[in-house]
Amino acid sequence: MSTLQSNLLENHTPTGREEAWRFTPLKRLGGLHDGTAVIADRVSLAVKGTLPQGVTFTYGDIAAVTETDDAIINRVRAHTAQGTTLHIAANTELAEPLFLHRTQFGVDSAEFARTQIRVGNHAQATIVLENSGDTHIAEDVEIVVEPGAHLTLISLQEWGAATIHAARHHAVVDRDATFKSVVVTLGGDLVRILPTVDFIAPGASCDLSGVYFATEGQFFEHRMFVDHKVPHAKSRVNYKGALAGNKAHTVWIGDVFIRAAAEGTDTYELNRNLLLTDGARADSVPNLEIETGEIVGAGHASTTGRFDDEQLFYLMSRGINEADAKRLVVRGFFNEIISEIGIDDVEVRLMARIDDELAKAGK
Amino acid sequence: MSTLEIRGLKVSVETEQGEVEILKGVDLTIKSGETHAIMGPNGSGKSTLAYSIAGHPKYTITGGTVTLDGEDVLAMSVDERAKAGLFLAMQYPVEVPGVSVSNFLRTAATALRGEAPKLREWVGEVKSAMESLKMDPAFAQRNVNEGFSGGEKKRHEIMQLELLKPKFAILDETDSGLDVDALRVVSEGVVRAKAANNHGILLITHYTRILKYIKPDFVHVFAKGRIVEEGGPELAEKLEEHGYAEYVSA
Ligand SMILES: Nc1ncnc2c1ncn2[C@@H]1O[C@H](COP(=O)(O)OP(=O)(O)OP(=O)(O)O)[C@@H](O)[C@H]1O
Ligand SMILES: [Mg+2]
Repeated sequence: MSTLQSNLLENHTPTGREEAWRFTPLKRLGGLHDGTAVIADRVSLAVKGTLPQGVTFTYGDIAAVTETDDAIINRVRAHTAQGTTLHIAANTELAEPLFLHRTQFGVDSAEFARTQIRVGNHAQATIVLENSGDTHIAEDVEIVVEPGAHLTLISLQEWGAATIHAARHHAVVDRDATFKSVVVTLGGDLVRILPTVDFIAPGASCDLSGVYFATEGQFFEHRMFVDHKVPHAKSRVNYKGALAGNKAHTVWIGDVFIRAAAEGTDTYELNRNLLLTDGARADSVPNLEIETGEIVGAGHASTTGRFDDEQLFYLMSRGINEADAKRLVVRGFFNEIISEIGIDDVEVRLMARIDDELAKAGK
Repeated sequence: MSTLEIRGLKVSVETEQGEVEILKGVDLTIKSGETHAIMGPNGSGKSTLAYSIAGHPKYTITGGTVTLDGEDVLAMSVDERAKAGLFLAMQYPVEVPGVSVSNFLRTAATALRGEAPKLREWVGEVKSAMESLKMDPAFAQRNVNEGFSGGEKKRHEIMQLELLKPKFAILDETDSGLDVDALRVVSEGVVRAKAANNHGILLITHYTRILKYIKPDFVHVFAKGRIVEEGGPELAEKLEEHGYAEYVSA
């Protein structure tokens, strides 16, 4: 237990004027960003079930593999040099998804967590990170995908209403490796997730997808950064959000940087928002910076719209009542991404939660 | 025996230049088992009539009544109209991304029948409806109308007619965009559904070729927002030969 107050960190306390913080309601961060949070001695992350062959899950000293300028993550690092390491040995192919979940909670104190996920050469794994219950947590998740490895990381925010959650999911993707991330945020008071990717060798690719549904008063921010600094890497970003209720607020930032060396880059990012009621606000900022013309493709799109009257009319003209028609349309909207998860009971559970959120919004 | 009665129906749409009246007093009565064909030039208001009966929010009813067995259809929500027994096969069926045909059909059947159809029987019903309309079973897993060709959309509409068993079916240019084989398959679907349910049909079309399969009892000429002439099947032949000039110039 310690509260770090070095000069360095004080200098890093965001004011809200910084580009990276301009949308985030700092007052609702529970002091995660300014050193006022009381940091408890808890390590909540645990494996569900038994570890398969070739996988280790340990707690101990940890060295950061990447740098970050995120104020909260730097506080986490300054606070502790220990963390959880999940290692998947080279050439291991996990037949089943590996589930991680939270076993300790607290809203009177906060957890500063460090986690490293390492997927060895040519290994293949699907990891599901289940976040439910209520807690205050800031988490530095570093992901290393070694040459030829394939990782699918599914991060589920099924939090309760009191949760404050700030996380960075930073993946370092090596030669011919693929990183697929699906981030689903359906609960919490404030959730701020930074899915970021560094390509470090040609042939690397990433696919960042996400779904979020904010209802009355909730703030959900997803802020990507994909750094194309090597040639011939490919990135895809596709996030879909729904908002309903007064002061529901979502932020999606898609920063993609194609550096001069990154010839042959292929990137496309997309964000779609469905505004289900008045009083909600969706900020969507795609941002593509290109330093070389020698690329395969680079594009982005962002849309924010309301229910399509024609779709509702078509469904209702077949006897389906308005609430059910809206539910079908919302499910349909999210289905494209939820169905990528590929784990039936998880998909069913998430769709049920989406139905609940929609029902809440209808009241 | 059911009766769909349209009396003095006036409908307008909101445009940038203000309200524009499209239907200027339509009178039409359809009884179970009857087939009424409506023919008329582009833009005369045929789809407006179809959508207004079904309750599309774009149209404002400014006068007249629509009743189904005496019940006020215009007071019903869109889904209530379907539950009362109205079905509209649309000229341009709508794509619904992410919603599979099979999920859509089952949700609709559950809503209209008041309970979920028994799974095994339902699977059989859908399968035979698809087979008779010569639709690949793979369509059940595709999203509603998404990426369907024009003809495939029309088959899908008539498949719904067979499954949902309305009292009255309004078919808005179901024959447009169909090749000769598809026209036969789709028409046979309509005839089969009618033989099974004895529903009334309001068939909007530009061509007599569909009337060879679906024989009308009455033909109505629609022009400038109202019915301007009524007759038997022979009227359709006359229209095909002479066009609408005599109705439009007046
Ligand atoms: N939103 C709108 N703004 C202006 N005019 C409209 C609007 N909606 C419909 N109309 C007009 O209403 C008229 C009737 O349209 P409708 O679709 O009912 O014609 P239709 O008889 O079905 O024609 P078609 O044979 O081409 O299908 C047309 O002139 C059309 O342009
Ligand atoms: Mg029309």
